Amino acid sequence: MNSPSLLSTINPATEPDKLDSVERAEIDASTRGPVLLFFGTAIFWLLMGSLLGLISAWKITNPGLFDSISWLTFGRLRPAHLNLVAYGWAVPAAIGVGLWLTARLCRVPLLHAKLLISSAIVWNLGILVGLSGILIGDGRSIEWLEFPAYATPILFIAYACISVWTIIMFRFRKSGHIYVSQWYLFAAFLWFPWLYATANILLVWQPVQGPAQGAINWWYAHNVLGLWFTPIGLAAAYYFIPKVIGRPIHSYYLSILGFWSLALFYSWNGMHHLIGGPFPAWMVSASVVASVMMFIPVITTAINHHMTMKGHFEALNWSPTLRFIVFGAVSYTVVSLQGTFMAIPALNSITHFTDYTIGHAHLGLYAFFTMIMFGSMYYIVPRLVGGEWPCANLIRWHFWLSAVGIILMVGALTLGGLLQGLALYDVASTFRSSIEFATPFRVLRGISGFILMGGQLVFAYLFVQMLLKPGSQKKSPAHFDKSDNSSNDSVAI
Amino acid sequence: MNKLPLIFVGIFLTFTSAWIGLVAYPTLNLANVEPIPDEETGGVLPPTTSGMAIAGQKVYASAGCMYCHSQQVRWAPLSTDIAKGLGTRQTVARDYIREKVAFLGTMRTGPDLSNIGVRQTDANWHHLHLFEPRTVTEWSIMPSYRYLYKTQKISGQPSNDAIQGLRGPHAPKPGYEVVPSVDAKALVAYMLSLKKNYKLPESPEPTAK
Repeated sequence: MNSPSLLSTINPATEPDKLDSVERAEIDASTRGPVLLFFGTAIFWLLMGSLLGLISAWKITNPGLFDSISWLTFGRLRPAHLNLVAYGWAVPAAIGVGLWLTARLCRVPLLHAKLLISSAIVWNLGILVGLSGILIGDGRSIEWLEFPAYATPILFIAYACISVWTIIMFRFRKSGHIYVSQWYLFAAFLWFPWLYATANILLVWQPVQGPAQGAINWWYAHNVLGLWFTPIGLAAAYYFIPKVIGRPIHSYYLSILGFWSLALFYSWNGMHHLIGGPFPAWMVSASVVASVMMFIPVITTAINHHMTMKGHFEALNWSPTLRFIVFGAVSYTVVSLQGTFMAIPALNSITHFTDYTIGHAHLGLYAFFTMIMFGSMYYIVPRLVGGEWPCANLIRWHFWLSAVGIILMVGALTLGGLLQGLALYDVASTFRSSIEFATPFRVLRGISGFILMGGQLVFAYLFVQMLLKPGSQKKSPAHFDKSDNSSNDSVAI
Repeated sequence: MNKLPLIFVGIFLTFTSAWIGLVAYPTLNLANVEPIPDEETGGVLPPTTSGMAIAGQKVYASAGCMYCHSQQVRWAPLSTDIAKGLGTRQTVARDYIREKVAFLGTMRTGPDLSNIGVRQTDANWHHLHLFEPRTVTEWSIMPSYRYLYKTQKISGQPSNDAIQGLRGPHAPKPGYEVVPSVDAKALVAYMLSLKKNYKLPESPEPTAK
């Protein structure tokens, strides 16, 4: 270590000489209020959003369910579900993890906590207003942008505070290297408000003429996933994997390649949702090409993560954080490669307009993003409340219910969607057969929703326990099995 | 990568490239599409829509019809949309200039509606279908939109608007009738207006082989 080696520039685990455990504890403590507020509200909306999803899933196989209640009609429940899990759960969870990572990686205690707490309150107010808007029938029917025009400015203002805060934190950061997770955080916190403002101005506040809307809609909807959720998820994976196993990221250069290729190609993906639609061919072609090029960032990141983990897979036996995050990271590879294939026109002509796409969306937002958020929370929350998770067995239940639930859901929707798509494509098939093929798989999807919610309830219970009785818990971290001290970080879970 | 300004420039430029291509380009080129004169009738194409149909677009958005029904006919051989009778030609940008929100859709849990006004021309059929889809299509999984209808006692003459032909368990009690709300009428007017059977030069009908 005679030179400021490459290793030290890319590995957060080699920091102790710069940041002792007291300083680190101070930074963690400074994030407590805002981060716990974002996490708590996120978990609340996750349960609500999942409940609405569950009812929608059952309504599609029992269309008579609640049919005289306007606010429980499928066409309102479905967007209410999406918006709650996306903006109620996923965004605040991402912000919470992002705030904590930013403070730790900038190596300064969190500044302006009151601004962040206000932002969390305003954001959640916006969610409540938006949700009510959809349920009473003011939904816009623009996918991912259903919240009515009177709700979205509230959300935008709340988010803008977070972006400004990010810039301030980066300006106050301790000098030295900028770790790979920080690239993703910095980019994501700036991309999202730009995306959200553009889409709202052109589609919600002063809608442009119809023919232009689809392109802007899917530019936005795809980039929310690609340039906001994905970078936050990857930032967390890049931080926690090396942190928990105590070794550096495999390759700095692969990290760079992965980051810039993601930024360039992902942003061009959106039009693959409109293949065959009323748009100039070059726009759709550009998106199809960009979708295929997504191979580069995905494979790069997969190799980088895998090579980092290599030889340390036994840590999955004891670390809940790592188990959730590795599940998420592997899902990222799977969902991205699946997305690339779905963009190829010949395959798209079968999978487009079917449940297959719904399966793909859940693979991305749940198996990848949500699992990474769960894993991150298992690491972060004990450091904020000053106590360990009360019960490793319940964490195990949470993991397996989530893993089994999401695999069942994605499997059912994928198979059902393929059969549905073949029936829709085949000239000799009737429309009726597309419904009949999909129905048993839709019942399975409904069952998988119960399993997923079971896992979420376990997690919510654990989280509430942590808030109510901090410090009175076990003294050692809640590992799945007895830790064999394979971790460098004494309290890493 | 330790220079924050450099990272900022990079993330700005990559994002801007797509923003120009997928946002600025359509805003400049696809948001000012004009109707064209119809030489046969002296009108315009696509034809203007009634106020009721425009009101119906709002009901369509409010009820979330778009989550199960697409409104786009894709070109062959990429798709079999035309062979399956969803329309006689591909839908193009000009077809959507009357729409406040272009409900292109991403799902076909239910059938495509680009040409529903060609396939089902009877308003009463649409009311029956919305009130209880299974009265007209036994295997339908569409929710019923009863909240758009009112069951009322017949006082004097039966209403002209009352839905005709409700049978079995869905029929109103004797002496009662089911009448559509303004929203239901607007939605049906919108359904009936969904016809892409006019000719546009940029979307010729494929000739049969």
